[in-house]
Amino acid sequence: MSVRAHLVVERPAFRLDVRIAAAAGEVVALLGPNGAGKTTALRGLAGLTPLSGGRVELDGAEVQRLPPERRRIGVVFQDYLLFPHLSALDNVAFGPRCQGLGKAAARRVAAELLDRVGLAGHAHVRPGRLSGGQAQRVALARALAVRPRLLLLDEPLAALDAHTRLEIRAELRRHLAGFDGATILVTHDALDAMVLADRLVVIENGAVVQTGTPSEIARHPRTDYVARLVGLNLYRGEADGHHVVVGDVRFSSVERLTGPAFVAFPPSAVALYRSRPDGSPRNLWRAVIDGIERHGDNVRVHLHGPIPLLADVTPSAAADLDLIPGQDVWAAVKATETHAYPA
Amino acid sequence: MLRRLSLAAVLVSVLSLAACGSSSPDTAAPASSGAGKSLTVFAAASLTETFTELGRRFESTHSGTKVTFNFGSSATLAQQITQGAPADVFAAASPATMKTVTDAGLAPAPTVFVRNTLQIAVPEDNPAKVGSLKDLTDPKVKVALCAEQVPCGAAATKALDAAGLTVTPVTLEQDVKATLTKIRLGEVDAALVYRTDVIASGGKVKGIDFPEAAQAVNDYPIAALAKAPAPDPAKEFVDLVLSQQGRDVLTKAGFQAP
Amino acid sequence: MPWPLLVPALAGLAFLVLPLAGLLVRAPWATLPGRLAEPRVLEALRLSLVTATIATAVCLLLGVPLAWLLARTTLPGRRLLRALVTVPLVLPPVVGGVALLLVLGRRGLAGQWLYDAFGVSLPFTTTGVVVAEAFVAMPFLVIAVEGALRAADQRYEEAAATLGASRWTVFRRVTLPMVAPGVVAGAVLCWARALGEFGATITFAGNFPGRTQTMPLAVYLALETDPDAAIVLSLVLLAVSVIVLAGLRDRWVGAT
Repeated sequence: MSVRAHLVVERPAFRLDVRIAAAAGEVVALLGPNGAGKTTALRGLAGLTPLSGGRVELDGAEVQRLPPERRRIGVVFQDYLLFPHLSALDNVAFGPRCQGLGKAAARRVAAELLDRVGLAGHAHVRPGRLSGGQAQRVALARALAVRPRLLLLDEPLAALDAHTRLEIRAELRRHLAGFDGATILVTHDALDAMVLADRLVVIENGAVVQTGTPSEIARHPRTDYVARLVGLNLYRGEADGHHVVVGDVRFSSVERLTGPAFVAFPPSAVALYRSRPDGSPRNLWRAVIDGIERHGDNVRVHLHGPIPLLADVTPSAAADLDLIPGQDVWAAVKATETHAYPA
Repeated sequence: MLRRLSLAAVLVSVLSLAACGSSSPDTAAPASSGAGKSLTVFAAASLTETFTELGRRFESTHSGTKVTFNFGSSATLAQQITQGAPADVFAAASPATMKTVTDAGLAPAPTVFVRNTLQIAVPEDNPAKVGSLKDLTDPKVKVALCAEQVPCGAAATKALDAAGLTVTPVTLEQDVKATLTKIRLGEVDAALVYRTDVIASGGKVKGIDFPEAAQAVNDYPIAALAKAPAPDPAKEFVDLVLSQQGRDVLTKAGFQAP
Repeated sequence: MPWPLLVPALAGLAFLVLPLAGLLVRAPWATLPGRLAEPRVLEALRLSLVTATIATAVCLLLGVPLAWLLARTTLPGRRLLRALVTVPLVLPPVVGGVALLLVLGRRGLAGQWLYDAFGVSLPFTTTGVVVAEAFVAMPFLVIAVEGALRAADQRYEEAAATLGASRWTVFRRVTLPMVAPGVVAGAVLCWARALGEFGATITFAGNFPGRTQTMPLAVYLALETDPDAAIVLSLVLLAVSVIVLAGLRDRWVGAT
């Protein structure tokens, strides 16, 4: 129940070339911006998009030449694609029926699965009358009903509103934990990926840019996209002992490094001043405010200068500083909150 | 095809009717002899070839007069005339259809100008070896007749009644051309149609005379119409049809002199 | 409601409905009941309904797969094929009838063989009526179903495939139910066209009461001698088709 895949899909203006693996019981999230090729990769695994090259192995057996109906790969599509003319029960029973089960037996399997996702009472409802969260759960039950070797989920929570999302995310995590096959899910939402997945594969422009556990990736982002995703300022520079030089800015850090290195710190580690602060802390430079937005309980300030920067300040601090776009300020970062690692 | 043509003819006559309603200077002008006159002749479909020929001759001797024909089923034409279609001459394929026009007071003096008799039409190779009217009663012989509502059908019934024969046709066609098509394509073995239609079909269809045809001779009456927009050319056209010249054209096509 | 839409809409409605009103005004109401009871009227009506229904069934059987072929496959020359399918729409029906005779007639390309091998001859039979009606009406079904297939979201079919459904199962259990409204609409159009069919029928199947004389043929011949009878027959045909179509519409097409 494990999967190893090398997926190559060539299109006129796009090339996808990624290697993905997931062990039995493992949940792997393909994380990436829109257009990165996540969904194409998923479709390639399912057999819905033909591969230009590479291979797909399920439990060591190559399946890339099999049509989708013979791969036994369950898919939960982004907008679920529940058959509108069938009841929830018959949607779930569809797969078992195709696998040769009789009508009654298939419905028994389906009823059991619906019960497991908490929708026993909605068995005879048509998809049009299900809420988004209910439809998502029916889609999951339908995909699981074929006893798949591999479960694929395409943006499983994207179609839900914020409140339902929270609830379904926790529930989905529980269901995925109970599934003994490999799971690969596609998302552009870092939180979904972090909560649901054991391991992340970050894709940009059709190629894998980083893999690792959620905490590894959160702490050591390797691209701007990942850094923004996990809410960190990230710079690539040259390390020389306890310093990393990024353009005109020289960061001091706790770690000792040499050669190419990343420096990362959260926006909350940045302090802003109207005039040059006393005591001249290190990691200080002049920056210009680009824009201001609310961010949770704080105010997020976008700045430019020698390096682009995000800073989070409290509303009262923002008021005191009289922050307006175009304003010159001093930006400082505490050395204890910066984090440097080899690039 | 014929239906299409007659539909078009109806359309044309309806349109010209509408044109009449708005008295344009053209139609209001007196029908004096001279250039730009027009003569409208409504004639039975079976007269299509002969009347087109006669119309051409008429135009050559009456320079400036344009002859327009509306060929169609006699019954339809009679209806159009009684509904006010602007016709000058009406030539019908049966006295009965002419009668509806005379009864409406629109055709004062119809004259029978030709008569048409029936023939048995068979495909060129005559697959059922039909030789007489009696052969048509053989159930193995597929026979097409015209529907009784149209003149050739009425004539066929009359001839069969006179002969005391009962024929079960496979089809009752809506007009004589459709009947001939079935013969020409070999879909039926025999049909009863007019001698003129057999001749007009140009050799693809063989005609067989039968004595009982004498009982079902069809008279063709012609009349210059009472409300003719062009009364003088109308009379002159009728004269041409009745003349020796007209008779020659008609008999060459298989019609008989009355 | 914007008047640039309303005015032409009403004009269009009047254009379509006024001829019907003409028939109603000129109908010989006094003699109507007697004329309706005439056996030949009922016979023609029965024949029309039966043949149009069978023709529609034949069109469904052949037309739905054809529509699928046109909508879902990438075989070469598909555009030409699509144009060919619509030929019966532009062909004058009488010409269609002649064409059918040339192929299926007793001496036709295929008909000859049918006749020699089985003694079967389609012209002048009720089966011939069905053939003529199906020929003329099938494009309506094919076009409607093809449109529905093109508009249908093919991702549902992909979803079915991932659930293990074979191509045939996908078609039967997903595609077909999802395009059902289009199929029904096409079948209704097809049936209506078959019911009103005249030219191809009279040319290919001939005209014989009880066997091949459908309502439109009876109307046409009645027009020759008895226009009142023609109006009555037309009204019957209209009434029956309006009742059937309105019934179907409410039930299947879901229009209000």
